[in-house]
Amino acid sequence: MSLPKPMMRGLLAKRLRFHLPIAFTLALTAAIAFKYTVTEPKKQAYADFYKQYDAIKDFNAMREAGVFESVQPTGK
Amino acid sequence: MLATRALSLIGKRAISTSVCVRGGHGVAKVEDYALPAYFDRRDSPLPDVSYVQNLSAEQKSLKEKEKGSWVALSNEEKIALYRISFKQSFAEMSQGSGEWKSVVGGIFFFIGFTGLVVLWQRKYVYGPVPHTFEEEYKEKELQRMLDMRMGPVQGFSAHWDYENKQWKK
Repeated sequence: MSLPKPMMRGLLAKRLRFHLPIAFTLALTAAIAFKYTVTEPKKQAYADFYKQYDAIKDFNAMREAGVFESVQPTGK
Repeated sequence: MLATRALSLIGKRAISTSVCVRGGHGVAKVEDYALPAYFDRRDSPLPDVSYVQNLSAEQKSLKEKEKGSWVALSNEEKIALYRISFKQSFAEMSQGSGEWKSVVGGIFFFIGFTGLVVLWQRKYVYGPVPHTFEEEYKEKELQRMLDMRMGPVQGFSAHWDYENKQWKK
């Protein structure tokens, strides 16, 4: 009936020693994955869009569609 | 008060059940709930009182034997002493039950019932939706969104082919 004395101290420290490196690694991985799957493609998409963007042409197209209040379509 | 002091000679436990007669008002009965109680709790391992208060003759003799060397106690006697002091062991009090299944079942049931209530409400309580939800109106809304180039990079208008006036494949 004599059991070994259980661990009385240092339980949190032991848990942290094990879980903190894992937690940091996972968090870092998540951040890196997000950067290269979301933010970099988004930046590239915006760069590509504005490379070929003609603002005046776009403005005229919108004007003809009649969405502005300050200018009317050229017909009027 | 004097009566209590005199009775304290009998023993500590006697005080809690002693009679206190003051100013001719009579006896104040000590309720059960006001006395120290037994409880099984993981976070407070040692309750205020033993589980078994009124020991049988056998248990009393065991308690006497406990005053001697504990090596002389057999395993059954040690367990008997444990069961005098405690109702459930840590393993017994910590064991899970199947209660969670009832709880989850109840949750789903009431969510379902709420769904029925919401459906009934939609039919009998609320009036008609605004005209802005009509098919025609929605088409005009979407055309306006395309006209003003909403979300031109990655969003809505990015999927519209302005040359061919259709959605991009």
